[in-house]
Amino acid sequence: MLFWFLLLCVQLMLGWIRASELTFELPDNAKQCFYEDISIGTKCTLEFQVVTGGHYDVDCRLEDPDGTVLYKEMKKQYDSFTFTASRNGTFKFCFSNEFSTFTHKTVYFDFQVGDDPPLFPNENGVTALTQMESACVSIHEALKSVIDYQTHFRLRETQGRSRAEDLNTRVAFWSIGEAFILLVVSISQVLLLRSFFSDKKTTTTRVGS
Amino acid sequence: MGYVALALRMRSERFTCSVKMVAIRMQFTVYLVLLLNIYNSFVSALYFHIGETEKKCFIEEIPDETMIIGNYRTQLYDKQKEEYLPATQGLGMFVEVKDPDEKVILSRQYGSEGRFIFTSHTPGEHQICLHSNSSKFALFAGGMLRVHLDIQVGEHANNYAEIAAKDKLTELQLRVRQLMEQVDQIQKEQNYQRYREERFRQTSESTNQRVLWWSIVQTLILVAIGFWQMRHLKSFFEAKKLV
Repeated sequence: MLFWFLLLCVQLMLGWIRASELTFELPDNAKQCFYEDISIGTKCTLEFQVVTGGHYDVDCRLEDPDGTVLYKEMKKQYDSFTFTASRNGTFKFCFSNEFSTFTHKTVYFDFQVGDDPPLFPNENGVTALTQMESACVSIHEALKSVIDYQTHFRLRETQGRSRAEDLNTRVAFWSIGEAFILLVVSISQVLLLRSFFSDKKTTTTRVGS
Repeated sequence: MGYVALALRMRSERFTCSVKMVAIRMQFTVYLVLLLNIYNSFVSALYFHIGETEKKCFIEEIPDETMIIGNYRTQLYDKQKEEYLPATQGLGMFVEVKDPDEKVILSRQYGSEGRFIFTSHTPGEHQICLHSNSSKFALFAGGMLRVHLDIQVGEHANNYAEIAAKDKLTELQLRVRQLMEQVDQIQKEQNYQRYREERFRQTSESTNQRVLWWSIVQTLILVAIGFWQMRHLKSFFEAKKLV
């Protein structure tokens, strides 16, 4: 019975602890803002990485509810910023691609608010964890960092792979284009030369007569 | 004798009554937990603004057999009150999910608050697109929508409270279950990584082949054209009696 009630409490707590991870496309000359309501004293981390597009850079800006800029970086490829909320309110962070004229960028960001929710309310309680339970907790933390590294590795690999695929299509088009240009240029060279000598022939005959 | 029987019957009745009360209380708590579950899914998540007719897409690169749960909540901006209304009737969002082969795997319209779940069957980039069905609303008149969105992938999508309740697991068992799910996710991601690396290698090898063939073909074309030009011009000049 108590177990159910405590589970309820866990559910209630879950609302204030969030991690949002999104990948979205940012068109050229566009700015995309995200907002989150955070309570005072919460430790938050914003991490972003540009996945595809142009020089793989984006402007990022993080503002607190008063409008004070907590973090501002121009043309950054990857960064991680940790801060503690100094007051209650809506925090806003924006990604801007306004400096780019025609490249779309794909941006990944991970906004973590607060710590992860505990699996059981007992973790916050007085009862100490058994050895097994604390081993489980440390394994859980280690696996979380493994998953985090995997995500970043996947993003860098995506970057490399999309460049390689781009290069592949570009090589194909360029080879066909160059073959075509070669043929056109060589044939027109020959025709032009012929036309020079044909004219000269008629002028010589005219002069002759 | 009669008294004993009566007493026994009364006691048994009281007993069944109390058991029923406990059962009802349990049921009530279960429903409350489930309700709070649902409520909590819509508690303030990250939000952003979109125009009425604007379509917003998010990319999720995931391995196969991974479940994704998305929760969203939409609010409409009220120009008179100059604030966002808590809930709007009749406002719907159209959710469309495309798999890496551009095939639509989920295409449904939900209300102003919704939850969509899908499982990937091919590894790769899935696209989740949201746009509102505002075509029939004249009241919007260039309004902005505030969309609260929360997308949980793989292991994060699991609801451990539910799993604990369903399988009746002790604390330690639940922790081990969570670790198993995490390791499962890592393993799937590694498999996907191997598949991606294979694709990358194929692309690089294809580029290498193309560059190699192209250089050979280009040299041959150049030499052939050179020969043809010289021969053609020679015969041309001979015909014109200039050589």
